[in-house]
Parts: sequence; structure tokens; C-alpha cells
Amino acid sequence: MISAQIQTAAYLFAGILFILSLGGLSSQESAKRGVFYGIVGMAIAILSTVLGGNVHGHIYIIIAIAIASVIGILVARKVEMTSMPQLVAILHSFVGLAAVLVGFGSYLDPHTQELSGTEHTIHLVEIFIGVFIGAITFTGSIIAWGKLQGKIMSKPLVYPGRHAVNIILVIISIVLGVLFTQAHGTDGMLYLYIMTAIAAFIGVMLVMAIGGADMPVVVSMLNSYSGWAAAAAGFMLGNDLLIITGALVGSSGAILSIIMCEAMNRSFLSVIFGGFGATPSSSGGDQEVEGEVTSTNHAEVAELLKEAKHVLIVPGYGMAVAKAQYPIHDLVDLLQKDGKKVTFGIHPVAGRLPGHMNVLLAEANVPYDIVLEMEEANDEMDETNVVLVIGANDIVNPGALTDTSSPIYGMPVIKVWEADKVIVMKRSMATGYAGVQNPLFFKDNTDMLYGDAKDSVDKILTELRS
Amino acid sequence: MKVGIPKELSKQELRVGATPKNVQRLRKQGFEVFIQKGAGQRANYADKEYEEAGATLVDSAKELYEISDIILKVLAPTNEEIEMMHKGLVTLSYLWPAQNQELLEKLAAKGVNAIAMDAIPRISRAQKMDVLSSMANIAGYRAVIEAANHFGRFLNGQITAAGKVPPAKVLVIGAGVAGLASIGTAHSLGAIVRAFDTRMEVAEQIESMGAQFLTVDIEEDGSTASGYSKVMSKEFIEAEMALFKEQAKEIDIIITTAQIPGRKAPTLILKEHVEVMKPGSVIVDLAASTGGNCELTKDGEVYTTDNGVTILGKLDQLPTQASQLYGNNLCHLLDDMGKAENFKIDMEDDIVSRAMVTYDGKINWPPKPLPVSPQKPKVVEAPVETGPTDEEIAKKKAKSTIISLAVIGAFLFLLGKVAPADFMGHFTVFVLSVFIGWQVIWNVSHSLHTPLMAVTNAISGIIIIGGLLQTQDDLSNPMTIIASIAILVASINIVGGFFVTHRMLKMFKK
Repeated sequence: MISAQIQTAAYLFAGILFILSLGGLSSQESAKRGVFYGIVGMAIAILSTVLGGNVHGHIYIIIAIAIASVIGILVARKVEMTSMPQLVAILHSFVGLAAVLVGFGSYLDPHTQELSGTEHTIHLVEIFIGVFIGAITFTGSIIAWGKLQGKIMSKPLVYPGRHAVNIILVIISIVLGVLFTQAHGTDGMLYLYIMTAIAAFIGVMLVMAIGGADMPVVVSMLNSYSGWAAAAAGFMLGNDLLIITGALVGSSGAILSIIMCEAMNRSFLSVIFGGFGATPSSSGGDQEVEGEVTSTNHAEVAELLKEAKHVLIVPGYGMAVAKAQYPIHDLVDLLQKDGKKVTFGIHPVAGRLPGHMNVLLAEANVPYDIVLEMEEANDEMDETNVVLVIGANDIVNPGALTDTSSPIYGMPVIKVWEADKVIVMKRSMATGYAGVQNPLFFKDNTDMLYGDAKDSVDKILTELRS
Repeated sequence: MKVGIPKELSKQELRVGATPKNVQRLRKQGFEVFIQKGAGQRANYADKEYEEAGATLVDSAKELYEISDIILKVLAPTNEEIEMMHKGLVTLSYLWPAQNQELLEKLAAKGVNAIAMDAIPRISRAQKMDVLSSMANIAGYRAVIEAANHFGRFLNGQITAAGKVPPAKVLVIGAGVAGLASIGTAHSLGAIVRAFDTRMEVAEQIESMGAQFLTVDIEEDGSTASGYSKVMSKEFIEAEMALFKEQAKEIDIIITTAQIPGRKAPTLILKEHVEVMKPGSVIVDLAASTGGNCELTKDGEVYTTDNGVTILGKLDQLPTQASQLYGNNLCHLLDDMGKAENFKIDMEDDIVSRAMVTYDGKINWPPKPLPVSPQKPKVVEAPVETGPTDEEIAKKKAKSTIISLAVIGAFLFLLGKVAPADFMGHFTVFVLSVFIGWQVIWNVSHSLHTPLMAVTNAISGIIIIGGLLQTQDDLSNPMTIIASIAILVASINIVGGFFVTHRMLKMFKK
């Protein structure tokens, strides 16, 4: 048994460790230490809670944690890096679910009924909000998981008047909330149930309305929600550590969402309330493109690479789908041995998760110091001889800078066309997620290399080695 | 379809219509290729190489013309060659149709479908077939190389133990394809390059190649819809001459590339300009064959004036390189005409209809004018929005900050009025934590955003504490079941999140 003061001190310490843990991610070198801080902080937090005296049913706790640990380790070991977005999404849903459960538990807790006056009302509001956010996070994340996993169609599902429906649902929830706070004892349970169902529905519809390439924003947003849900649980339980952690996670997710939105030059609201799909065939983007699409073959690309001094590789989600990162690593190795400078240019929204491309390349043993951010890659563009665009489209669209009628106008892009030569590896001439024609393909210094990305890179490798 | 490559009759012509590499490509396009023995010799391509590439050697030109459906040539055919042609034969070569009316008549009379490679319209789709551009590029390069050869000094500036060498100054007049190639070559050899052109739109291209754009003080743009420049006004020419005289005093090498299609080249460098140049200076006149840009140029000759200025009126053709590019241009055109399988003379096509100067026994020249646009369509300048000045923005910002702070203050005050002390304490912690999180997360490296999400997944599993505090001793209590499930899912988060983060970070290697 430890006293309440010592427990508070332990929580404070754990909170500090969590902050250091996130701070450690500012660089690759300190990141590993950061994870260690996080683990220690978590251990301290759990131990000091369990030893705190208020805890009963140790046996159930131990069983639950034991089962969870096995599941957690198995999943984390097995997951492929290409499926990281799915894992992150499903873990968000767990936090949401836990928040809902803790909310219900807190309402059932006899201590709650002992409170009176404002204190009681505030506590009920805390429960209500906590469950609301938790339920949205829970179902929203499950839908996000389904979309990323390909179980649910990734096309945005929109129906007319859905904003009105959502607003009505929120208003109903608020009414239910008022009724809930005025109910005696646990009589408000019914209101809580109905509200949970409504929140769950909102969560589903919110994410259903969002399409594939906007997923980085959605996943970041759900990351943020899961934090706020934890913070709300902290208020319910009067636990500062939960509040601190929830606030950290919440702001982290919010910042990621902002970064993603800036990278697409779209407001957060426009992403959440319907993506590009919501405004089909906006007359823009159909701007007539001059020039002609020229295609090339593997042997010619290999020749080109042999003569280049500086090669830039711009990967997109297509690389992840084709799992081309492994042959790409071999290609990089080969080119580097030849004394060429090889770099990668990563657009912030490439992939389905913030930083997804970096992880995929890291997994394929590509050293992180040659993986550049968009601005760095753009700065070096005029000295770049060959750019290989692998499975990316909208993030290298010059129309985003020049065509004011384009739906993606204003989005910062990697200016690959400023290099001497651009090779675009692509399955077909289909448009990207935004449904916009890409004038890059029509430029004189751009050649298309059709086919599966992995296949193509393999063939180029064979040509280079022969 | 059979493609024939004859040997060029003129001894001065070193190029050939197709190289062994082009032959390979023609074979891929589905053509059968025949070549006259020794056709590639002067361009340094041996018969053996052609054979290896899949061409069949033919002894005489007569035989070659007989069996071929398409002839790839460089120079316009002579009478002797036209004699050997048969009706329906397609020929690809230079023809200069504007100057060679008689030749067109002969070809038409023979029923030859002759394509003038020099009449390919200069539109973007046809750039890859544009022999004028590809040959001009070579000439521009060669002009600098030959000038350097006749010039008695280094082109680049050097500081050596023996003393300092100043860089040579090169003036390029006319920034077409040849001019730009000259600028690029001279610049990469280390010379100081200046360039002049009457078309204002090329200033950007000149500067991008590394030269300084010279201009006169008179506002007159020489660009026309055809891409060539127009004849300028008298005032402009006077100012131009004054500028050249000024420049001639200090310039070491002048390269002139100004030509107007179908007309005599403009005279830009006068005798008086040459006279003020330093001894040892060099002038390369790329327009020598059409009259020369320099008054003193002698076509086909290299000589030195009395004051020691060398004037080059001819250049080496670089036949090996030139044949390759010329052949590429021809292959691209054949590609466009449907390769061997679907070969078709489509008189509706923008390119074919203009370059095919004799077709089906008739002369098809001059073609309909086709405005082309090396110049960008003039963008109507949008009215510049007179946005607020920086000061106004700053003021506005300060104002909105004050307003939002006031709102937040009022909200906190109201909250403090109704909320219990306990809540205010937690609320303080919450707000400060958001601020800390905000500061810390902006520092996270972009490349670590995925690990960041995984680690926040793990630490948001801290919600486990809620479950821990709610578990009861007996399992029949619904709270115990709810809490146990909460603990279960939160623990999966903690363990899975940390583990997968660790796994990811381990992969990041330098």
C-alpha cells in the first residue's frame, strides 16, 4: 500500500516520462530512448495505481493484462509495415472502446451517486462527453480500419443532407445530455445508451464520407480524438495523469491533422465534411493539356540511370501497394556503389499514414539520412538528373501550382519536372485520387513506364546488372 | 515495307540518313532495311555494323531505289537520283522547298511523295522530328569548340602559380536552338557569356543557360507567331549596332546565329565592328551559308582579317553525332506515320500535310500557315488585389489575439464561478498539458510521424487506470466485467503500441 501523496508523485513522474517520450521523437537517435521512457512511465503508472489501495479484483486485472499482453505482442510482431495504418486505426478504436466502458463503469460506480449539486452535474457531464467522444472514436476507427484494410470500399459515401442529419443528431445528443444530468441515481442509463448509439452512428458516417487518400488526415484526427477521450476519462475519475496523457495525445493528433491538411492545402473542415468526391467533375482540372504522353521501357530507364549523377526517387502509396520498397533498396545500393547520389523525396501526405513512406523505406533498410522532406528535395531539384516517380500522382502534379481551376490548386507538390528527366512508374494513365489530369505526364522531359512498380524496378535492376 | 538508305552523292556531305542504332529501331518498327554499301563510311559507321543491326547491304544506288518503298536521305536528291526513283516512293530528306521550286516540279512529275524534313512544322508534338533543331544544336556546340580552337587563350579564368588568366568573353547573337546550345557550351567551358536577341521572351531562356541578356533601350519585341523574329525598326537596328560596337571592343569570341527562313541572313556585325575587335579574337558565323551575319564572312572559308580577327564561315558537321540525331528524327516521323504495319500518308495530319511537299503527283507547297507558339499565350494580367499591408495585418492580428484572449478569460472566469475547486485543479493540469503537447509535438521529425502515432497509441492506453480503479472483487458485478474489458483493450494498446514502435525505430538506420 502506498499513500495517496506518493501515488500522485508517481503519476507526476510518469507524466514527465511521457512528455520526454514524445520529445524524444524529434530525432531518430533519441527516439529509441523515448520509447524506453514511455515504457518506464507506463509501468510506474500501473504499479502505483494497483498498489494504491483502492484497487480490487487483482486476479481479474492480472488475467486481463496477461491475455492482452500476449495479443499485443503477437499482433505487433506480425504486422507488416504496409499495414501499419490499419494497426494504428484499430488501436485507436480500443482507446475509444475503453473510454466508453470506463464512462459506463464510472456511472455505475456507487461513489458517483454520493456526489451532489454542481459537483454531481459536472461529473455527469464529464461521463457524457467522455462516452460521446469514446463512441465516435471507437466506430470511426473501426470504419477507418475497414477502409484501409480494403474491407469497406474506400470511395467516400456521401448522401444529400448528411450535414443536416449530423447536426440534428448532435442536437438530440445535447438534449439527451440535459435529461441525463437531471436523472436520479442510475435512471439516466437509457439516455446514455441512446446517446452512445447516436455517437457510434456519427462515427461511422463521419469516416464513411472520407475517401482513400484523405486517410492520413482521418487517422490523425482519430488519434486526436482518442487522446481527448482519455482526457475526458481523466476528468471523470479525477485522475491528473490521464488528463495529462490525454491532452498530450490529443494535441499530437491535432498537430498531425494540421500538418496533413496544410500539405494538401485544404481546410480541416473540408476534409472532414466531404472530400474531393463531394464535388464531382468540378469543371477545373479538365484544362486542356498540351503535348503528348511518351512511354519508355526498362532498358532505356536503366541506360538513363547509368548516366545520371543524382537520382531522386519519389514514392507514393503505389509503392506500398506493390511492395516495391525492397527492390528499390537494391536499386539504391547499386546506384550508390556506382558513386551516384541517390535521395528520396517524401511528400507529407504520401501513403495512408503520416510518415508512412519513411517507415516503409526504413523497413527496407534505406538509410534515413538520404530520405528528404519535400522542401529539401525541391531545393535540390535543379541539380537532379533523373527522378523516378513510383506510384505517386497528385503529389507531383504541376497543375497544383499553375492551374487555378484545379481542385488541388495551392497544394504544395514535389517539383519533379524541374529535374532533367522524369520517369513515372504507373499502372495506367488513370488519374490520381483527386481525379485530376496530371500535366506532368505530358511534359517533354517526362516518360511513362507502365506496369507494376515492383516488377518494373526488378526489371530495371536486371538491366543494370547485365 | 522496305526502307532504303542510299549513300550521299555530295562529297561535302558526311552525314547518312540512318545509323546502325536507327536501323535497329527501324527493324523494331517492323521495317525491312536496305543500305547502299559504304553509305555510313563518312560518318564513321561501317557496313558491318549495319549488317549486325539487321540491314541488308545493297551494291548500287539503282538497285536500292528499285526495291525501296521509303528512302531515308540527308540532302535533297539530285537529278541523277530523281531519275532512279519510281512512282509512289516516299522520300525523307532536306528539300528547302521555298528555294527549290524546280526540284519540287521534278519530284511531282515522277510521282514521288517527298517529305521535306526542313518543313516539319515547329509545334510541340513535332519537336522530336525537328531536324532543324537537332542540327542547330550540334552547330551551336561545334561553334564554341571551333572558336576555342582558333582562340589563343583559355576560355575559363584560372589562377595558377604562373599568374592569373582572365576568362574569355563570348557574345552569342540570336538565341534560337543553336544560340542556346552555344551559350550552354561556352558557359560550361568557363567563359563569361553574353547574349543578344530581339525577342524579349527568350531573355529567361538565355539566363537559364548561364548567360547575361543584353538589350537595347528601345522597347520593341521582335517575336512573331512563327517563332522567328521579325525585321526590326530602323531606330532599333541603330541602337543594336551601337551596342555591338560597344561590346566588340571587349568581346573575345562572337558567335552569330541569326537566320530568317527563306531570306538572306541579317547583317549584324559590320566591318567597323570587326575593326575594333582585339587581335586574336574569333567570329563564328553560323549563318554563312545564307549570306552571313558578318559583313566580312566568306562562306565555306576560315581566314584572318588584317587586324588579326579570325572569321569562321564553315563548321565541321560532327557527322557521327549529327547522323544519329538526324536518324532519330526520321525514325520519330516514321513512328508517327504508323510504323511498318499501319504506314499511311495522312494528309489530314498537321505534320505530314505540311512536310509532304509533293504528293500524288502534285506540289503541296506552300502549306496553310500554322501559327505555332514557342511563346506562351499571353496571360491577361489579373488585377492585383490590393491586399492589406503588413502593418494592417499585424494590427488585425493583434486585435484578434486580444479578442480571443478576452473570450478565453471570460470563459475561464465563468467556469471558475460555477465549477468546484477540484475540477478547476484538473482543468489547470489539462490546459497546461495541451500547451506542453503543442510545443513538444511540433519538434517531432516528419519522418517519425508513424512511430509518433504508434507511441501515442501506447500511452493513450493509460486509460487502463480507469479500468483498474473500477474493478470489483466479485465477477457478478457488471462493473467488474466492464472494467476487465476496458483493461484488456487498453493493455493491448500499451503492449502492442510500445512493441510496434520499438520495432519500427529499430529499422531506422543511417
